Amino acid sequence: MTTIPHYDVIIIGAGSVGTPAAYYFAKAGFKTLVLDPLPSVGQGSSKKAIGGVRATHSDPAKIRLCLRSLEIFSTWKEETGDDIEWYQGGYCFVAYRQREEQILKDLMVKQKQFNLNIDWYNHDDLLKIVPDLNPNDLIGGTFSPGDGSISPLLCIHSYYTHAMQAGATFHFDERVTQILTQSGKVTGVKTDHATYGADVVINAAGAWSKEVGAMIGLNVPVQPDSHEAAITEHVARFLEPMIVDIRPAPGSSNFYFYQHLTGQIIFCITPNPPIWGFDTNETSSFLPMVAQRMVEVMPRLKNLRVRRTWRGLYPMTPDGFPIVGWAREVQGFLLATGMCGQGIMLGPGLAEMLVRLVQHTNTPADDEILPYMSPYRDFGGQEMLK
Amino acid sequence: MTDYRIQQHPILPIPERKPLEFFWSDQKLTAYEGETIAAALFANGIRIFGHHHMDNSPQGIFCANGQCAQCLVIADGLPVKACMEVVKAGMHIYPANGLPELPKVSQVPAMQPVREIEIPVLIIGGGPSGLSAAIELGKRGVRAILIDDKQRLGGKLVLQTHRFFGSANAVYAGTRGIDIATRLEKDLRAYPSIEIWLSSTALAVFSDQKVGVLYHGHEYVIVKPKVLLVASGAREKFLAFKGNTLPGVYGAGAFQTLVNRDLVRPAEKLFIVGGGNVGLIAGYHALQAGISVVGLVEALPECGGYKVHKDKLVRMGVPIYTSHTILSANGNDKVESVTIAQVDEKFRPIPGTAKSFECDSILIAVGLDPVNEFYLKAKQFNLPAFVAGDAEEIAEASAAIFSGKIKGLEVARFLGLEVGEIPAAWYRTSEILKSRPGKTLIQEAPEVTTGVIPVIHCNQEIPCNPCSALCPHGLIYVDSRDIRSIPVFLGNSYCCEVCERCVVGCPGLAITLVDYRNDPDFPIVSIPYEFTRETLKSKDVITVIDTEGTPLGDVEVISTHSIPTSDRTLVVQVQAPKEIASRIAGIRIQEAAVTQPLAEYVDHIADDIIVCRCERVTAGEIRALIRQGYRDINEIKTVTRASMGACGAKTCTAIIHRLFREEGIPVDEIIESTKRPIFIEVPLGTFAGANGQEGENK
Repeated sequence: MTTIPHYDVIIIGAGSVGTPAAYYFAKAGFKTLVLDPLPSVGQGSSKKAIGGVRATHSDPAKIRLCLRSLEIFSTWKEETGDDIEWYQGGYCFVAYRQREEQILKDLMVKQKQFNLNIDWYNHDDLLKIVPDLNPNDLIGGTFSPGDGSISPLLCIHSYYTHAMQAGATFHFDERVTQILTQSGKVTGVKTDHATYGADVVINAAGAWSKEVGAMIGLNVPVQPDSHEAAITEHVARFLEPMIVDIRPAPGSSNFYFYQHLTGQIIFCITPNPPIWGFDTNETSSFLPMVAQRMVEVMPRLKNLRVRRTWRGLYPMTPDGFPIVGWAREVQGFLLATGMCGQGIMLGPGLAEMLVRLVQHTNTPADDEILPYMSPYRDFGGQEMLK
Repeated sequence: MTDYRIQQHPILPIPERKPLEFFWSDQKLTAYEGETIAAALFANGIRIFGHHHMDNSPQGIFCANGQCAQCLVIADGLPVKACMEVVKAGMHIYPANGLPELPKVSQVPAMQPVREIEIPVLIIGGGPSGLSAAIELGKRGVRAILIDDKQRLGGKLVLQTHRFFGSANAVYAGTRGIDIATRLEKDLRAYPSIEIWLSSTALAVFSDQKVGVLYHGHEYVIVKPKVLLVASGAREKFLAFKGNTLPGVYGAGAFQTLVNRDLVRPAEKLFIVGGGNVGLIAGYHALQAGISVVGLVEALPECGGYKVHKDKLVRMGVPIYTSHTILSANGNDKVESVTIAQVDEKFRPIPGTAKSFECDSILIAVGLDPVNEFYLKAKQFNLPAFVAGDAEEIAEASAAIFSGKIKGLEVARFLGLEVGEIPAAWYRTSEILKSRPGKTLIQEAPEVTTGVIPVIHCNQEIPCNPCSALCPHGLIYVDSRDIRSIPVFLGNSYCCEVCERCVVGCPGLAITLVDYRNDPDFPIVSIPYEFTRETLKSKDVITVIDTEGTPLGDVEVISTHSIPTSDRTLVVQVQAPKEIASRIAGIRIQEAAVTQPLAEYVDHIADDIIVCRCERVTAGEIRALIRQGYRDINEIKTVTRASMGACGAKTCTAIIHRLFREEGIPVDEIIESTKRPIFIEVPLGTFAGANGQEGENK
């Protein structure tokens, strides 16, 4: 009888969480296997991400993890030699009405408590930072210069190559069909190709993690909704920060755009009501809706030519916060999912923490933020800002 | 500044056009009203339109078809494709060097909701198949919108100055492509149920079964058809070789557009890569426009195009190098020479066989791929859809006309109209018209040397029969059940009255008459001729050539004349010794000197071969990834940016597949890259419903 290959850690999903996790686990000496049903790395939702990275959230968990991610992104090229198109242009949330002014200012109080570099800029000062904003009715906005952007494609791919160099194994075109347990403890996984033994299995399957959880009878409350995005031609830099407009409008609750390092504008809209489900086919309603809103906020975008559009999935949780932590029902099953569209910016910081969880070397800071992401929390709360 | 306009053409009339002034880098130049920026710049001798923002490489015209985005210029402050944008009086145009500045806009433009239009049928493409389909629908009163991205209908027919092959009964064979376009358009315009949108580009078929259309170049509209007919034609394949993005390397379609539509002379000395019909015909068009054709390479041992097209070129003095490939286009910022080499049976260049030729332009005519993305998306999204012409299967325009006709009826039937049974014979004709060239038979010269003998220099089985309808006595026979059979002269030496209708009527210029009656030792030979009459006069001495291109001798011209049934094809009569008379198939047009190789071959110094023109990705980079085991083109795209550019992967996809093939990777291991809208780049303001003229509010 042949023995089945055994791994210290098996990660389900080679996406924005699973791929960095593979790198840090392998680097820490764990024998690591990543399984993904798609043909290559980051082909699920990661490649659909637009690449914005910010620490300016409203809760300690995401703030801490993203601050760490920002450190990693900004030094990645020095560390590894790989260019992931990091650009520190900041984030700017604009307010054209008192309602948004109030929301942003209230939020800023909290963000300041975490020592985040964010400030309120009134009409004139904000226009100095973003001269092309529509000045009519502009009250002001927040600007956080420490935030920035990367290429999700290059980032995930760079993690992938370095994970392999560190000894991780990736199997693509391979779907997990069963999670094996014995006496209430994970022992491995079965796929449509083979069976593997493992001490720890990590559910990093994003939009598909409910299905993975169900394999051991866990209800992982993640369901995807879809967002469409697009990219334009390259033009000379005229815009520094990501612009976020949180005013609801018919069909959408907010939208955002930024100029990538390559000179291209990348933009995305949050549909309202949300469009639930796995459909990622392009719709006719997206471009007219988002274009009107963007030209309204920045008339200069009028002549910028759109190159390509796509549609990706946000693995949403009921309260908009990630689900990270050990399963109580089955020993050795770790959840790292439900990033709600922020997997790219959370991924590296979170991946490092996953290693600490498995090594049982949690820091006090980890223990402080874990309850916010607990799989067993009351999902009734609502995130202030998404 | 030299005027590079064509002033005289044997087939095309030179229209009177209103001149206007525009500025290129602040220099005042003259254009003609209605012409594209690209045509105006070429007419003024400007062939470098900018420099790429990534590596500063020179950019110019490549596709001239609105697809590739190499011809970007800054016109009145906005980046535009020079090949699609019409030049306006007083326009200030600058080269696109590096990243363009996005112009400031001072206020929010007025924005209208995007119009949504319901229509039974949307036809994408107003070329031969789209027009034919629309005519069938128009005849039955079906309401349809036909869109085409160009300013006039006809698709690539408007570039085809030669007379068409095919079946005289079914598809206008014997008529010039340009005239077929006019006839189809006239027929179509008689039907009020068909709405025609010109300068209107399909951008995407969406999953909600709607089609986004850029209407008249500036308004975004959403069309909701009950059924979609995709007749969007073909795109040219690109080729990877050193120097392949130098200005002066064009797709053959681009060249034909500049010469035959825009009436500019983009080259003085041309070299052609590819011996299919497209390359062969482009060579003929070049000669007619007064451009020298230095040579043509074809990688296969035989040209893939019709032999009569090849023969025509060879007779005029164009050397054809079969089993040869292009190694490099040479020059610093424009093409100055080409280097070719012989290839072995695996298409690898044979060392020591390289030679170079002086030329200023290189045409790439290495085949076509269907533009079928809208059809595939429609199928994926369950929008009822049909596909016709080259978008379905690459073939001659005559086949596209016929397949469009059939598809038009199928669409009508789909909509519940009684169209009767589509005759089985139509499908058969359609198949015949699509067929590739068949056997080449060896033809003996006629033995008779008395009376008058028509000599048919057509010995390859191709779908073509206009000659069979030309002889007033019905003496030229082609089997009407299969028009691929070779024509036969049924008469004897006393039947022919030298009406010369067959001479001027054969689309392949492959029939001559030998008249022995006056002087059996020095018969008169009537030869078809499609160059301006002024170039040949009585008593001129010319070199006559046989079908294979062998010079037979120098003979004296007796007359150059036209006959009443002739459509711009002239007859040149020469007197020739009886030994060669029946072998004469044509007249050498260009001097042998222009086709001579350079004394030494030129080695190209560029680093590597470009695969993705938009993002400047090299074959070496992609090949390295394939060797590392990459099989998902999406991943190759991630790492290299290949196919992320402005053209939407229209040029590089075929080459990436070719690289996989060269590396021995089976097709079923390759994961295709995901296809996403939109078809061409469109300003955000257009999607926002800001339909004011571009450039206002600056």
